[in-house]
Amino acid sequence: MTDASIPKASTLLRPDARTKKRNASEARFRFYGMVAIGIGLTMLLVLMFTILTKGVGAFQQTFITLQVELLENKLDKTGARDLELIKKVSTFGYAPLIAGGFNKVVADTGIQTTLKPKDQSGILSKSAPAQLRDYVLNDPDQIGKTIEFEFLANSRVDGYLKGRVTRESIANDKNISVEQLDFVDQLKQAGVLKKRFNMDFILGADASDQRPEAAGMGVAMAGSFFMMLVVLALALPIGVAASIYLEEFAAKNWITDIIEVNISNLAAVPSIVFGILGLAVFINYMHLPQSAPLVGGLVLTLMTLPTIIISTRASLKAVPPSIRDAALGLGASKMQSVFHHVLPLAAPGILTGTIIGLAQALGETAPLLLIGMIGFIASNAPGGISEGLLSPNSAMPAQIYEWAKRADPAFYERAWGGIIILLVFLVTMNTIAVILRRRFERRW
Amino acid sequence: MYDAPSLENTLDQKAIKIAATDVQVYYGDTHAIKDVSVQIQDNTVTAFIGPSGCGKSTFLRCLNRMNDTIDICRVEGKILLDNEDIYDPKVDPVQLRAKVGMVFQKPNPFPKSIYDNIAYGPKIHGLARTKAELDEIVEKSLRRGAIWDEVKDRLQSPGTGLSGGQQQRLCIARAIATEPEVLLMDEPCSALDPIATAQVEELIDELRANFSVVIVTHSMQQAARVSQKTAFFHLGNLVEYGDTSQIFTTPVDPRTESYITGRIG
Ligand SMILES: Nc1ncnc2c1ncn2[C@@H]1O[C@H](COP(=O)(O)OP(=O)(O)O)[C@@H](O)[C@H]1O
Ligand SMILES: [Mg+2]
Repeated sequence: MTDASIPKASTLLRPDARTKKRNASEARFRFYGMVAIGIGLTMLLVLMFTILTKGVGAFQQTFITLQVELLENKLDKTGARDLELIKKVSTFGYAPLIAGGFNKVVADTGIQTTLKPKDQSGILSKSAPAQLRDYVLNDPDQIGKTIEFEFLANSRVDGYLKGRVTRESIANDKNISVEQLDFVDQLKQAGVLKKRFNMDFILGADASDQRPEAAGMGVAMAGSFFMMLVVLALALPIGVAASIYLEEFAAKNWITDIIEVNISNLAAVPSIVFGILGLAVFINYMHLPQSAPLVGGLVLTLMTLPTIIISTRASLKAVPPSIRDAALGLGASKMQSVFHHVLPLAAPGILTGTIIGLAQALGETAPLLLIGMIGFIASNAPGGISEGLLSPNSAMPAQIYEWAKRADPAFYERAWGGIIILLVFLVTMNTIAVILRRRFERRW
Repeated sequence: MYDAPSLENTLDQKAIKIAATDVQVYYGDTHAIKDVSVQIQDNTVTAFIGPSGCGKSTFLRCLNRMNDTIDICRVEGKILLDNEDIYDPKVDPVQLRAKVGMVFQKPNPFPKSIYDNIAYGPKIHGLARTKAELDEIVEKSLRRGAIWDEVKDRLQSPGTGLSGGQQQRLCIARAIATEPEVLLMDEPCSALDPIATAQVEELIDELRANFSVVIVTHSMQQAARVSQKTAFFHLGNLVEYGDTSQIFTTPVDPRTESYITGRIG
């Protein structure tokens, strides 16, 4: 081995075979790592790009502004402005007023069209008369005046402006004709028909199958909000109390071992299992109302508890024992040492875990399937807390699923838009969690 | 021969503060303290020395029942504080720990202000009725902890921001703020530099006037410098206990001798 004739073999300036091999394998590993990260990032980018391109359209809606004369002889024959009598006029009574509005536009702008008045109104949403009626019932003093009113265009017109609907694609569509699209082009030129940001998509209620243009996320958002309220109010105190007891007070024996193992097991239980449990216990046995956010919240609480318990125990464990010793050595009781010293130090971690648990619960869909929160169309925002908790509602992910399921492509676009809203919530919550963790990390 | 009993008498003029008899400590199956009997005097600094792992900390923690916080730890035997059995079922360890304060090896101030660190003990024991009284206790404790001059201008800044030596003196001040009768210190200087060590040792000497101090140390020089009584532990046994001067000059047990001459480490 000690070959004196080639002493240069051990120079540092030239790597030996082993070193070369080691370096090569390290370089290979780095490459694999970079490829893995690259794949992950590409997936993320594709996902974000798809969601954004498909979803942003939902935040824009086409509106048509008309001068509508609220004829007194149609809406309030007596002239007494008696709300009860005005209510007797159904949406049918408003249709002629809208047709009048179109007449005026055509006359004012000199648009040439062969469309009958009924077909002119056909480019509006089916909810247009109801929109106008609601406005009048809200403010009966406007009767007799001419008002400027912004109507929702129907989803075909909206799709036409967004490029989803073309003259070719509507060949077999009896909801819209090529003449109507010509009319739309003219109205657009005249500045009467416009696409603009639509707050109602974020704040409004879901609408029936026929009116995708009127559907919004707001009420489902309220449903999600009330569910999160229930989860927060139950899972946080129960989870924290359970963790503190297990971590700080309970004797370490086989019973606590079993409990510990089962909490971890619980965290791995598929959420649909909690859903069927909720159906059996909360609805069939306890007779809580179906589709109610209260029940949804209870089910999600079961699901979130293990997450909160595990993260709370981890943050309690992370508090150095010397702090407990210091407090106990001064004659503080166990409880004082926990509540005065350990808990404040663990609080950021607990909060982070709670937010992440809530974010999980917010995006959870499967259990809601079983307790009837999917497929329910909530048309009114809840008026108060008890109504919010007990009256049937949907939730954000449930609403997205519901939209994606419907046939009309206009709903499909709204599903993507809903996903954007949901993601904004989730990303915000996770960001808050990360910031909390960063800020309060290791203060001792 | 004639002098011997009278020497005993002068030593025993100081009252016995803690009397431990036949103490056994088990961690699960490990027998960590075997048959230890020792009498600790009031107004005296007693040093526990011995090789690491011999049970000094374990025995020290018996004296304020901090071992209760370790699930697998079991203590047998009798420990009397002022003739009351501290392991009597009627004794609440929380009350005991207010009387027998403790300073730990690693300085462990609460991550709170200097003021709150000191005020915490008096607050939970109801030693102050007004803010003024509390302020007074805080100042007095910090003075007795020989750290007042260094922190008096920044009582509201965090205790964890002090240097190691300052933190340890803060912890000593915190321990004496609750007016304990005995002060237990487990290697209080092991994390400190020589200058901070000297400051803490000086402080320990002053504390002797008011407390019975028990200090665990791995440094024999330190034991020689600060203590009047020394107990030498080896493998869970109390090998020798006596006046510090006697232990270091004329040890009776060969094991003590090998340890202080550096043959057992
Ligand atoms: N919490 C514990 N659990 C189990 N064994 C322990 C524990 N603390 C100490 N021991 C054991 O008890 C013996 C004495 O330890 P200790 O009192 O810390 O020694 P010293 O302080 O003299 O270095 C050692 O053998 C140690 O392993
Ligand atoms: Mg020790």
